[in-house]
Amino acid sequence: MGSRVEILNEGGFRSDGRRQYELREVTIDLSQQGQADGAAVITHGLTRVMVSVFGPREAKSRSQTIHDRANINVEVAISPFSAGERRKRSRGDKRILEMAATIKSTFEPVVQTTLYPRSQIDVFVQVLQQDGGLLQGCINATTLALVNAGIPLLDFVCAVSGGVYSTSPMLDLTLLEENDLPNLTVAVMPKTGKSTLVTMETRLHVDRFEEIFKLVCSASHALHQEMKDAVRVRTTSLVTAMGTTQSNVGGDTMMDES
Amino acid sequence: MITFTSFPSSPGGEYDAVRRHRETDNDMDVDFDDDDDFSSNRLRLTLPGDYLTSSQAFMRGHGTYVHEDQVVASVAGTVERVNKLITVRAIRTRYNPEVGDLVVGRITEVQPRRWKVDANSRQDAVLMLSSVNLPGGVQRRKLESDELQMRNFFEEGDLLVAEVQAFFSDGAMSLHTRSLKYGKLRNGQLVIIPPILVRRLKSHFITLPCGVDLILGLNGYIWVSRHIKASDQAGEEGFDAEAVYSNQNDDIDEPTRGAIARVTNIIHVLAAHFVPLTDTILLEAYEWSVEQEEANKGLFQEDVAEALVASLHSRS
Repeated sequence: MGSRVEILNEGGFRSDGRRQYELREVTIDLSQQGQADGAAVITHGLTRVMVSVFGPREAKSRSQTIHDRANINVEVAISPFSAGERRKRSRGDKRILEMAATIKSTFEPVVQTTLYPRSQIDVFVQVLQQDGGLLQGCINATTLALVNAGIPLLDFVCAVSGGVYSTSPMLDLTLLEENDLPNLTVAVMPKTGKSTLVTMETRLHVDRFEEIFKLVCSASHALHQEMKDAVRVRTTSLVTAMGTTQSNVGGDTMMDES
Repeated sequence: MITFTSFPSSPGGEYDAVRRHRETDNDMDVDFDDDDDFSSNRLRLTLPGDYLTSSQAFMRGHGTYVHEDQVVASVAGTVERVNKLITVRAIRTRYNPEVGDLVVGRITEVQPRRWKVDANSRQDAVLMLSSVNLPGGVQRRKLESDELQMRNFFEEGDLLVAEVQAFFSDGAMSLHTRSLKYGKLRNGQLVIIPPILVRRLKSHFITLPCGVDLILGLNGYIWVSRHIKASDQAGEEGFDAEAVYSNQNDDIDEPTRGAIARVTNIIHVLAAHFVPLTDTILLEAYEWSVEQEEANKGLFQEDVAEALVASLHSRS
């Protein structure tokens, strides 16, 4: 063991100085990105994901149109510079395709697609930095970008990853922890407490599962607050920006009439 | 795709500044003091999943859904109430067409007897061959020869101004250009802004005194072009198909090009600061930017842009 980094030291701290149940610093940027209808950049510690949403718009091909609802098209791209080791992944990479499919199935029950028959909603996920919790970052950023694009959702979707080190559960794993520990990612709709995604790529003892699952669900509420605050600030600032000049216009016409 | 915008953080950048510790996980729904209290003028903001009111007493409108006898918001925006109908208007969204709206669009596809038009809506709009003006008399039957030469009227990529005529059963809109005001666009450039920033006005054809014509499409597409004198436009009694469907730009002199570019830049700046566009605001902004004797591209510097928006706020 000697040279290896301790996952959880005797003082109860993790390798990056966090406690067991502590989430990493979250920052959210909802500013406009180019011509996208909605965009969001979220960072969980050193993981950073940018999502651009286009649509609902005309489906690009006939085969992709669904006559009674919108089609959600998710494309994931992982930047070659995002990880410690520079590595270019092709677009057809199996892991990337799987992640895109996971994101798509997470959002299909949440987005009110039936309001937009024969249209398409494009979600472009760009991973800028990765340090564990990639899927949770992608899902959270996608939620925010969809909200920002004004696409009707039943609720926010908040994803958090969790793992277990011998008997102690942990939240929001870094890459180092993710490589060593059994871990899972859960996406929750906080209002109803329903989860739209539970995924696990490692083996986890069945007795540990319930404990971690509950913990992750409660952690998602903390994240929900952060996301709501970010959206509220953005919406408020847009409404005020529109409102101030609008009232002036009202004043103008009033004066003209008098 | 990474893009660098001129105003990356405003508005809405102040979120990062404050980090609070939450002791309580209080549910911050839209705080209606009373379920029936929609009367006050204060704007109410919602987020997806916020409970608005009971579905027993109110009807749900756009941007809401019913869950367990509650009306719940599904978009982030402002709550509006008309009698018993509750709607939430999303702050940023695609264009929602209504019959009679003026839109600017771009042809994406030529199909049998119809064109598909991109108008920033949730589906491409349809422009039927029967709802355009054809050469040789405004009223006449469509012939097979018209069908064969549809690309002589509109080709893929052409810009046009049209009016929303009707809707199809799936919600797609049908356009028409049966007026001399409508038709193909030339001699200018297109600016795209969020549709919510275009207000309904008495007329969406605006002429600025600097020799620039504007068409404010309600779908957020704005056409900025060289001024065409009213006498030239109405022109002859019937209508000149050569001129209406021409693909050739006229010669535009240097000052007019400058004015068009300046108006375009002003619209970009105002849209970045989320200022709704009206003719008065555009005019004031144009005068301000000429007064400042600012070089045209200087408008994109953040301090100049801020000053422009501030001056609009103060003038009233």
